[in-house]
Amino acid sequence: MYDKGKVITGIVVFVIFFTSPFLIGLVRHGPAPEPELSPKAKQAKQCVESKAYMTEYHMQLLDQWRNAAVRQAERVYLSSTGKHYTVSLQNTCLECHSNKSKFCDKCHNYMDVTPYCWECHIEPKETK
Amino acid sequence: MESSRRRFLKLVGISMAGLGALSAFDLFERVELGAQELTTDSKALTGKRWAIAVDVAKLDEETVKKAIDACNREHNIPQYDNSEEEIKWIWHDSFEHVFPGQEYDYLPEEIHEKPFLLLCNHCSNPPCVRVCPTRATWQRPDGVVMMDQHRCIGCRYCMAACPFGARSFNWRDAKATYWKENEPPNPKYPLRGKGVVEKCTFCDERLAEGLPPACVEAVADTKALIFGDLDDPDSEIREVLRTRFAIRRKAELGTSPNIYYLV
Amino acid sequence: MFETALKGSKKYWGLLFLLFGLHGLGASCFLYQLSKGLTITGMSRDVSWGLYIAQFTFLVGVAASAVMVVLPYYLHNVKEFGKITILGEFLAIASVSMCLMFILVDLGKPMRALNVILHPTPNSILFWDMIVLNGYLFLNLLIGWTVLAAERKQVKPPAWIKPFIYLSIPWAVSIHTVTAFLYAGLPGRHFWLTAIMAARFLGSAFAAGPALLILLCMIVRKVSKFDPGEVAIQKLTNIVLYATIISIFFVILELFTAFYSQIPGHTSTFVYLFTGLHGHSNLVAWWWAFVVLILIATLMLLTPSLRQNDTTLAIACAMVFLSLWIEKGITLVIAGFIPDPFEKITEYAPTPPEIGITLGVWATGFLILTVLYKIAITVKEETA
Repeated sequence: MYDKGKVITGIVVFVIFFTSPFLIGLVRHGPAPEPELSPKAKQAKQCVESKAYMTEYHMQLLDQWRNAAVRQAERVYLSSTGKHYTVSLQNTCLECHSNKSKFCDKCHNYMDVTPYCWECHIEPKETK
Repeated sequence: MESSRRRFLKLVGISMAGLGALSAFDLFERVELGAQELTTDSKALTGKRWAIAVDVAKLDEETVKKAIDACNREHNIPQYDNSEEEIKWIWHDSFEHVFPGQEYDYLPEEIHEKPFLLLCNHCSNPPCVRVCPTRATWQRPDGVVMMDQHRCIGCRYCMAACPFGARSFNWRDAKATYWKENEPPNPKYPLRGKGVVEKCTFCDERLAEGLPPACVEAVADTKALIFGDLDDPDSEIREVLRTRFAIRRKAELGTSPNIYYLV
Repeated sequence: MFETALKGSKKYWGLLFLLFGLHGLGASCFLYQLSKGLTITGMSRDVSWGLYIAQFTFLVGVAASAVMVVLPYYLHNVKEFGKITILGEFLAIASVSMCLMFILVDLGKPMRALNVILHPTPNSILFWDMIVLNGYLFLNLLIGWTVLAAERKQVKPPAWIKPFIYLSIPWAVSIHTVTAFLYAGLPGRHFWLTAIMAARFLGSAFAAGPALLILLCMIVRKVSKFDPGEVAIQKLTNIVLYATIISIFFVILELFTAFYSQIPGHTSTFVYLFTGLHGHSNLVAWWWAFVVLILIATLMLLTPSLRQNDTTLAIACAMVFLSLWIEKGITLVIAGFIPDPFEKITEYAPTPPEIGITLGVWATGFLILTVLYKIAITVKEETA
């Protein structure tokens, strides 16, 4: 092979560069955190849908909710568990999950995502 | 040698692309649960063409202030000292500015000094809806001209199109500025983000709960603002329009405003 | 072909670095705007569009320069334009790129720009403007690059490019028409509510675009061995002259309708421009500069000895370009908001960061233009 040294160095640099976000994440954050439930959420036992569904699909659910509430004026949610909920991030979700910093932020920070919900939606006051 | 390396690179490229496509496909996958349903509240007010009649005779400084404050408090509307960046959903102005071209030298003193309430006209033929490139603003079946601040890209075409100056743009970040200093924001209503347009929505969040707009409720004792469905011949607003003469702002432009001023 | 842009004189690299520096200045101002919001501009609740949208409006016109050489060459076989069609097309690419950048920097939420495609809305003129501008950019990139590449190999351009070239002619008209429709269809903005708005756009576009093209041809002739040809420049001069006269005529039509009817909605903005209104006169000097510059330029272009002399022709073209920049790039858009829907007056003046961003976009456009022209000139020199 010609220019063996240069080619291999190039490949190594390339791989490191393109995997850098993951590598940096590993070093900086360590293992995935477990979000903490507020006492009220703990007592409720079940969110609007199952824990597995909420963990994976809460963003889709919230997107569906906001379009329903704002665009279709549909503000009542009948969950697959058979219960009715008011469609509102601020008044339903955060009412229960009143500990944003320990619940929402924990994972969001770990994943390095900054959802812009909080630009407008008021986060509950937390007692420290 | 040459050809085998090329073949290798091609193979690697194709398999990488395939893997990428597979994982991308996974992202778009949606798991729907069984019996989910989104509906409106049974208490919600329903109508075909919501409108407000403003009884000009009953407008005085106190009434006007009550209506405006109720709206500002309900929607956490920030109060800036800079008029160029103002957010206004409902506000007041004098006759010559509300009805430009209608004023004349011999206008009764009383009309001349009267504070007229102004808000979005919720036009039946709204130009703002016509121009919006993303349907961030649209007309609901009940006539309300709605605004989705989640979708707005902030092009401000609607502001150029609105002949009534009813639309406000968030030039700056309002987060630290609630409707009033020392008073916490209404926890039930969101704040606003910079870079999007907003306007009066006839309190869509209250209509959904069966309540009239906040401004109407705030001055209910004076009956200065009458809210109702123009499509319903038995409604209070139809009754008052049957018996009293009303004018609308810039009706000649054909936008068909739904705010009536009883004179 | 792109490699030809990577080899150049010290002056070429110097120009690139200068433009890149200005681009950096604009970019840093834009980052500032992103963090603070559009509050850092001079725009307000009442004058809700300012310098950015006005520049976009003017530059749509400059993009017309391509069609003014392409149309005579391909439809009327004006051979002299054959050498410079590529200059027109590359100028169009740079201008349309600037248009798109100016729209982006004007958005309150630029990160959501793709919502226009995600939620297509055919009733919005802005949706169509997005389509025609991007389409025009694509057409000129495709045509310019393909034809130039063929020229480099000294073969005829492939036959499949012809339909695209013919399509690009009406497409150029469409970008002006649709951009004019952005303004001309709004109830309550009387200054813009005029049926000849699209015609005015075409008139001033066919003056300002070719005027800049003449200036660029002169510069190209000076800095390279490629000569666009005196005949081509003189033919372009005629186009500039008549388009300028038509532009003046259109403004006179507007003035007649306004002042003979004396309908306040139609006159008040013109009064604001000519003399100021209720003590507000920010744009009066600009408006008179437009009037004086365009009249002198027309007289110069009408005088055979002045339009045949390179120096005076260059001055006249610069004046045409500058005057129409004032008319479309400042007064048309900004004055349209004055007076506001309440018959009140809020004036507008751009802020330093706003001017910085504007400069940055212009510099980026000229950076694109310089690189493209370098490629075109090198190919022309190689094959000469």
